[in-house]
Amino acid sequence: MNKIDFLVAGVGGQGTILASDILAEVGMEAGYDAKKSDVLGLAVRGGSVLSHVRWGRTVASPVSRKGTIDYLLGFEPLEALRGTEFLHPQSTALVNTQPIPPVSVSSGDAIYPAKERLEQILHAVTANVYFVEATEEAIGLGSSKVTNVVMIGAFSALLDVPVEVWEKVILSRVPEKYSQLNKAAFFAGRELIQGARIS
Amino acid sequence: MKKALLSGNEAIARGAYEAGIQVATGYPGTPSSEILETVAREYGKEIYAEWSTNEKVAMDAAAGAAYSGRRSMVTTKQVGMNVLADALMYTVYTGIEAGLIVVTADDPGMFSSQNEQDNRWYARLAKLPLLEPADSQEAKDFVVQGISLSERFDTPVLLRTTMRVSHSKGVVTLGERAAVPDEIGPFVRNQEKYVCTAMWAKKRHPVVEQRLLELAQHAESSPFNRIEWGERSLGIITSGITYTYAREVFPDASILKLGMSFPLPVRLINSFAEQVEKVLVIEELDPFLEEQIKAMGIEVVGKDVFPPCDELLPDKIYSIAVDAGFLDKKKDAKPAVPPPETLPPRSPVLCPGCPHRSTFYLLHKMKVPVAGDIGCYNLGCLPPFNAQHTMGCMGASIGVLHGMAIAQLPEKGAATIGDSTFFHSGMPALANMVHNQSHGVVILMDNGTTAMTGHQDHPGTTWSLHGKDVPHIEFKPLLHAMGAKKVVEVNAFAVAEVEKGLKECLDYDGPSVLITKGLCVFISRNPQPPYVVDTDSCVACGECFKLGCPAIVKSNEHNPKTGKAKASIDPTLCVGCDVCRQVCPTGAIHPPIGVERSEA
Repeated sequence: MNKIDFLVAGVGGQGTILASDILAEVGMEAGYDAKKSDVLGLAVRGGSVLSHVRWGRTVASPVSRKGTIDYLLGFEPLEALRGTEFLHPQSTALVNTQPIPPVSVSSGDAIYPAKERLEQILHAVTANVYFVEATEEAIGLGSSKVTNVVMIGAFSALLDVPVEVWEKVILSRVPEKYSQLNKAAFFAGRELIQGARIS
Repeated sequence: MKKALLSGNEAIARGAYEAGIQVATGYPGTPSSEILETVAREYGKEIYAEWSTNEKVAMDAAAGAAYSGRRSMVTTKQVGMNVLADALMYTVYTGIEAGLIVVTADDPGMFSSQNEQDNRWYARLAKLPLLEPADSQEAKDFVVQGISLSERFDTPVLLRTTMRVSHSKGVVTLGERAAVPDEIGPFVRNQEKYVCTAMWAKKRHPVVEQRLLELAQHAESSPFNRIEWGERSLGIITSGITYTYAREVFPDASILKLGMSFPLPVRLINSFAEQVEKVLVIEELDPFLEEQIKAMGIEVVGKDVFPPCDELLPDKIYSIAVDAGFLDKKKDAKPAVPPPETLPPRSPVLCPGCPHRSTFYLLHKMKVPVAGDIGCYNLGCLPPFNAQHTMGCMGASIGVLHGMAIAQLPEKGAATIGDSTFFHSGMPALANMVHNQSHGVVILMDNGTTAMTGHQDHPGTTWSLHGKDVPHIEFKPLLHAMGAKKVVEVNAFAVAEVEKGLKECLDYDGPSVLITKGLCVFISRNPQPPYVVDTDSCVACGECFKLGCPAIVKSNEHNPKTGKAKASIDPTLCVGCDVCRQVCPTGAIHPPIGVERSEA
């Protein structure tokens, strides 16, 4: 059983913690030992959120070492860049294209990196980079709130875990009245991955 | 057997359920808050849970419940332990009738705390057993085993987690709830045990010392402590989360993992040290284990290489171990690639619609020296406000303000304190100001909840952890009863009203209280249509930027004369609180035309 390490990076309020919970639980359901650790800034909204998720036969530390993460899920491009030092040349990065400018940018004190620059930085670390328009897809389905499940759906297409396991875990984690919406988001995400690779 | 993916805090709550705990108390504080929230949500039928007014009250209440025969638990963050400590000390002397466990969640790395204190010292200071779980499974198991340790040795037990244990999730095998009595009483009248008056407490102290010796004996063979034999060239002694990091970085080394890290198993440690060539003590923060092990006459390497500050994550342990010659650098190790440029920071800010914004805008404008306190309003110390000039601990603001007054500071000062913090430890300090005829303005920022830690209840709210429509305490009559003659209540969202009230209070000769009332946006949940900026009227004066609202952004349009950027409002963030409209000198900001405001 291989060890697989993940990093989920995003902004507070994007549902990244739920996404990393789902990812850890899918690992458990798929027969792995699984651990995860969330790193939040101050306990207020809108800050950077970085979650480590680890699958393996046995997992000791809930936190991965730099240069050892296999998959990066960037829910927001700038936050994805903060995770690059955890990657290695064979890593895969899946990044949502929708930026959320921090106050340092909206107040004019800092500049948000251009899309080309984002791609360039990620590409310098690994050749396996996918960009998906997850937020747009979620809005199209009816709510930007399911961006996280669209991302999970897209990501699921890159891993060798039966689709039923993903579905079961997601549906157990979301409110019942939003089951249909989340299911739609998951499968829309799976479709999105086609042609999303940046070369 | 049933398995679940639980955080350390959720696992502690599960442990409370399985241990047969019936009473759980605490005061919210990151990283501990989710324990009681989980208890109330998942096990509310079996366990009475409450947010007490402060940690000491929580500890006294848990002691009373344990004296009454109910298994009990108290939860706190590391600094709350300082508030709780007075009560902890006497419970060690008295012992209990039913198991009592005190959970402290420490915060190495200071993710949301004012210091990095290592609460393991409390175990030595108070003389009670200390358990340090390394992951969620142990967090749950140690509560169950801790309760039986507590009852077997007639002592409260300290369970210490750190943020990484509390907030990391892992797979936990679930068990059943222990059988506990429904009926209790009558209350045990054992005064020589439970009344800590000197004549009786004097007889209890030797009992405490004897108990420690017996606990140390128990630690020698207790399953809390275990040796994982590997290569004998290096032996690592460690505890808590650091064990998981050490296991990761040194897969081949021998490890003595201490689940019970006070009192220490002297023979076990000696025998481990004798069988390895070198001993390394790896622990986050203070040399708690190291100093005791060195006192046994064992040569170890510890804090001479591992720093006492910040988290001791696997990367740091690895690089230090390589530098110190304990590990060979991996041949295939590639240096991690840091981002090539400085990325724009994402600093914490007051939320759009926060009721605290107007007060800090005015305090900045009026240049008042401000003693601050703990809560979201501590963000008032950051730009653009820079309007809190001290902050030390819960409730400190009012006492510090009093100190500024008795030092005869020429300026009139203010204290900023939240509603929950005022109940926690602000009240004695205000009573002191009244009694000692102090002066200064106490700004009671009443947002109707304990916001920073996740919107918990307090004695001023109409709900509690276990009930709705509970009686609540009104501030105005309370403050009058406390002898505060000057009390002004204003609407926090009405800037002119806050300004008038603040001036009135600053002019008053004596202690005054300004209550700025306005619900936290996460309590009111009543967003209004986003406001808009009329670009033609905006002169780019920058006044609205002084509000530090994340929804007010610099637009691409500039004032041709000054070259400064005009304002615009991000419709996805604005909740229509109206504060920016009130400070705009040209009337450029207004609600969307033709859209009605909704009522809560």
